[in-house]
Amino acid sequence: MWDIIKLLLNTTVFAATLRMATPLMFTAIGGIYSERSGVVNIGLEGMMLIGAFAAVAVSYFTGSAWLGFLGAILAGALMGFIHGVASIKYRANQVVSGTAINIFAGGLTVYLQRLIFNMAGVSPAVPRINDVTIPLISKIPWIGPIIGKQNPLVYLALLTVVISHIVIFKTVWGLRLRSVGEHPRAADSVGINVYKTRYVAVTISGALAGAGGAYLSIAHLSRFVEGMTAGRGFIALAAVIFGKWNPLGALGASLFFGYADALQMRLQEIGIPTQLVQMLPYILTMIALAGFIGRAVAPKASGEPYVKEG
Amino acid sequence: MAIVLEMKGITKQFPGVLANDNISLDVREGEIHALVGENGSGKSTLMSILYGLYQADKGEIYVRGKKVDISEPRVAINLKIGMVFQHFMLVEPLTVAENIVLGSELKRGPFLDYDQAVKEVERLSASYGLKIDPHAKIEDLSVGLHQRVEILKALYRGAEILILDEPTAVLTPQEVDDLMEVMRSLRENGTSIIFITHKIREVLAISDRVTVLRRGKKIGTKDTADTNAQDLAEMMVGREVLLRVEKTPAQPKEEVLQVNDLVVKDSRGSIRVNGASLSVRRGEILGIAGVEGNGQTELVEAIAGLMRPQSGQIMLSGKDITNWSPLRIKKAGLGYVPEDRHKRGLVLDYSIADNLILGLHADEPFCGVMGFHSRKAIMDNASKLVEKYDVRPPYPQQRAGALSGGNQQKVVVAREFNQDPELLICSQPTRGVDIGAIEFIHQQVVAQRDRGAAVLLVSAELDEILSLSDRVAVMYNGRIVAVLDREEADEQKLGYLMLGGSLEDYKAGGGNSHVG
Ligand SMILES: Nc1ncnc2c1ncn2[C@@H]1O[C@H](COP(=O)(O)OP(=O)(O)OP(=O)(O)O)[C@@H](O)[C@H]1O
Ligand SMILES: [Mg+2]
Repeated sequence: MWDIIKLLLNTTVFAATLRMATPLMFTAIGGIYSERSGVVNIGLEGMMLIGAFAAVAVSYFTGSAWLGFLGAILAGALMGFIHGVASIKYRANQVVSGTAINIFAGGLTVYLQRLIFNMAGVSPAVPRINDVTIPLISKIPWIGPIIGKQNPLVYLALLTVVISHIVIFKTVWGLRLRSVGEHPRAADSVGINVYKTRYVAVTISGALAGAGGAYLSIAHLSRFVEGMTAGRGFIALAAVIFGKWNPLGALGASLFFGYADALQMRLQEIGIPTQLVQMLPYILTMIALAGFIGRAVAPKASGEPYVKEG
Repeated sequence: MAIVLEMKGITKQFPGVLANDNISLDVREGEIHALVGENGSGKSTLMSILYGLYQADKGEIYVRGKKVDISEPRVAINLKIGMVFQHFMLVEPLTVAENIVLGSELKRGPFLDYDQAVKEVERLSASYGLKIDPHAKIEDLSVGLHQRVEILKALYRGAEILILDEPTAVLTPQEVDDLMEVMRSLRENGTSIIFITHKIREVLAISDRVTVLRRGKKIGTKDTADTNAQDLAEMMVGREVLLRVEKTPAQPKEEVLQVNDLVVKDSRGSIRVNGASLSVRRGEILGIAGVEGNGQTELVEAIAGLMRPQSGQIMLSGKDITNWSPLRIKKAGLGYVPEDRHKRGLVLDYSIADNLILGLHADEPFCGVMGFHSRKAIMDNASKLVEKYDVRPPYPQQRAGALSGGNQQKVVVAREFNQDPELLICSQPTRGVDIGAIEFIHQQVVAQRDRGAAVLLVSAELDEILSLSDRVAVMYNGRIVAVLDREEADEQKLGYLMLGGSLEDYKAGGGNSHVG
């Protein structure tokens, strides 16, 4: 019994939790921007994957991991913008468009991977973003081992959460974003440009998913592995819902899923099947959707193209 | 008085409908200009053009003497034109203050200056007597308050020309009085108001001039002082209209509906119907009067099987139908015109023809062997009903969502009335419906009664209750607090009971004092 409790509260497990949660945080926050504007983004998974690949490719050619990170953001943003064109301008079904992006991303990354690196399955190792040690904090007992020495992207993800919370709930643009996702016609009637707001939001969404992907390829690892996102885009989507479309909620959900992830290796040691733990995010999301943990209400116009009349 | 707004020769064509046909309109400074006309006559379209939501195909607009091109709402807002829409444009999860400033926010850098917004709302609300809590969320407020927010929204943007599209359709009588007060005080401050309504009483009570549209054309503009109800009704409909309901005394027979001690909770668990009992007999119309939100909706939905009662009993033609499914209740003889035609009455994306067989879709003759639909039977039924109930435009293939509000209502009425139900429930049957259609629907309700149906009528309009009912029940706080014969009921007495007064107090002279 004591062993289990020690395991559950272990600082290495907590440190791993942060690492596992980071790609989810980036991507889930991206999902929030998109959904808050009224565009469902099932394509997060694909955008992550393309971000992961772009990071490695740019890092490989420039020798700079940070330029790789920037490349991932730009590649993700481009995918987000494409999803925007399909679902805002051409009013395609957003789930179909997002799914198309996922399939496209899977194919494209495998193709480019073989074209550029001429290797099947994995890319060569490329420069990665190295962990940093924060001087004072790393010395604090218990806290230090958890947040004192982490990858810079971990801190950046946390910062993104806080900034996004402020952007969405405290700024004028955030107010307009929310109105566009809830009642686009009302927003239109007070002179807000619905289309432009949605384009900006989905593009940000893609950019953040790209950043999430980059963490996997050039911070967690230092190479691209085909299909390396392995469903994390969908778990991020689950975190959006579980976190009730709030950045802080999504942070909590990401940490929780990250914790489950970090724990699963340890739990295996004591005989609990991994698959059971892996199911956790999805089961929790269904519970959240069923309304057991307060009401989880999506932005009302989410998924619906806006058509100006007359 | 100076002319602040002139619309000249406005023409707007929608696919298949000429919504505005060469309409001209001028509005003076500080006047209340009523704009009336049947459902689908083009009022909302004309105003949407003025507000920049639609673009006219032809025509010119002058504001304060200058020709303008209102290409989008932003232009209208800058010209100090404000609009309160027929279907409100509020963002539900946002607060009152956020909704009011949305699009024209007070800023501190990139940040919303929420405190300043709240102060501004408080200032406006005090100076126009429009009481509101700036921090309340829209989704927690009543429709009457939503409207208040919409008006404040326009005033916040400095509207000098204010368009009110059917603002009274969803208000309680008390709220209508309040609104009229506000309109008067705005007029005094020099605001011009374009006021759309279907209620002639309101036109006569408050407007200075009135313009009538019919089928997309302007029929004329008159000084309100030079006109009267009959005259206006004729201009609107193009023929003589009966403003009273013609009916013979009721010949009630046996009881068809009995409701005993019904208790209904809503989804949040609060009790909405709290031990209500009533009965309706074959061949009579029982009207339920009451301020909206006193449990009428839940009572009716429980009878129709759409809400599950907590306790109590509902009997239809001698059968206990408590907890039956809606379909089974329908088959047992219920016809139901719901208060919210969009949520409960129609599938807006279906054609008129398909809407006309909802609930009958699995029955002969519409559904044949092997469960396939007979298009022919469905279309024949539709052509017949569209003609009989005067649905316009009369195209059964048309999407129900493309019809004007009044015509959507006629589709629901046609479907429900045509089944010759034992019990007919009509909830707000004429909400947002023009006078021609009201006359028609009222005649049909009486015809159903005379055929032998028991009719339960719920309406927020006392006029409607008084002109149709044979008996009047008053609902207050989830209970039926009084049932009166029609001869005993008058507006004052019902008003007193609706606000929670008791019959004994009223008889003792309490009717003259105020109840709160
Ligand atoms: N967006 C649209 N597309 C196609 N037809 C439309 C559209 N909006 C209105 N119409 C049609 O134009 C005509 C005028 O409609 P409008 O809404 O202006 O009527 P209204 O006078 O406001 O009616 P009501 O009293 O029912 O509100 C109707 O026949 C309607 O069906
Ligand atoms: Mg209208």
